[in-house]
Amino acid sequence: MANVADVTDATFSELVLKSTKPVVIDYWADWCAPCKQLSPIIDELARDYGDKVTFLKLDTNENTQVPTQQGVLGLPTIQVFVGGEVVKSLTGAKPKSVLLRAIEEYL
Amino acid sequence: MSEIREVIVIGSGPSGYAAAIYTARAGLKPLVFEGALAAGGALMNTTEVENYPGFTDGIMGPDLMLAMRAQAERFGAEIITDDVMSVDLLGEVKTVTDAEGNTYSAHAVILAMGSGYRKLGLPAEEVYSGRGVSWCATCDGFFFRDKDIAVVGGGDSALEEATFLTRFANSVTLIHRRDELRGSKIMVDRALADPKIRFAWNSVVTDLKGDGGLSGIVLTDTVTGDTRELPAQGLFVAIGHDPRSEIVRGQVEVDAAGYVVVDAPSTRTNVPGVFAAGDLVDHTYRQAITAAGTGCAAALDAERYLAALSDAAATLTPEPANA
Repeated sequence: MANVADVTDATFSELVLKSTKPVVIDYWADWCAPCKQLSPIIDELARDYGDKVTFLKLDTNENTQVPTQQGVLGLPTIQVFVGGEVVKSLTGAKPKSVLLRAIEEYL
Repeated sequence: MSEIREVIVIGSGPSGYAAAIYTARAGLKPLVFEGALAAGGALMNTTEVENYPGFTDGIMGPDLMLAMRAQAERFGAEIITDDVMSVDLLGEVKTVTDAEGNTYSAHAVILAMGSGYRKLGLPAEEVYSGRGVSWCATCDGFFFRDKDIAVVGGGDSALEEATFLTRFANSVTLIHRRDELRGSKIMVDRALADPKIRFAWNSVVTDLKGDGGLSGIVLTDTVTGDTRELPAQGLFVAIGHDPRSEIVRGQVEVDAAGYVVVDAPSTRTNVPGVFAAGDLVDHTYRQAITAAGTGCAAALDAERYLAALSDAAATLTPEPANA
């Protein structure tokens, strides 16, 4: 758990837009059961590939600006940012193999 | 491959967890594949379950599933949070391979994979998935605060979603292909009385419109054939489910719709040692309590099958009493 940091409305620009590494953001909320299934998979990916890609979690319950700006209308949503731009966006819980495929070019 | 187990349960939800509880209590040390993403089954995406007996004031679907899961673990069920990718059920020893590529074997298998959401089958559905089209009101309803949205479907899940979504939305239009609802009376009455719920009767969704996000739903009237566009920023799809029987097709008999066929009132499939329960089998009742009931029956059927197997083995080669 500890290996995936939180990102908030306040830290989004610093941690995501200005990041020199690719960033994966997991948008979640406590009422979303599929988010809870996805969360440990993100933890695993962060443990295995955290040196090459930054993994962050955004609690959409506490932070509404970033999800609104990013047009997030479904949970869980996974976005991949490279150089401050969204390069991939996935909605709905996905198995590890699909998530891995989404980031493999950055590993 | 490691040891041959007594029983493997594929799937979770009320049927899989009930089968796990009963086989665990029978000392069969079940191995349960609850699914990587579907763990807990359909009730994980619901809110209040008001009709599960024993809960006077209702219980949240996910809480009910977590309690069943903990109960199964308490009696020694071994639960793996992964999906089964392939099975070989036809031999006396059955094998099951998970998504990590690990293979497990057992003398009996209980199938409880349940059912998955049915999609509309429109090309635009994928385009707007996560951009206004959703299958999970409890996950995504929050994003549609003060918006005009729609639910397509006419059964209890559609009615529950529509009623739940009125907490957030400005209005919820229930799109239904007939002119009457097939949900239970209490749910229908609740929806009909709700000032925020509108109805689009005799209507099917034939296209989705928008620019980036969903902005309108094209409806075709099933009686007149006329089309019209319903302005909406969200569409929740609740048009039913399809059984998740892909991995067993070709080995276990399924009906034309893909439901696993059992020798009712037992849970025996056409393959000896393979039992099936819950929404994977049942397209008639499809309730948490009936799924739990058939999960229990499958556990008892499996227990009897295993006892008969070991009796037969004992007659052939006498073994120590505690084997």
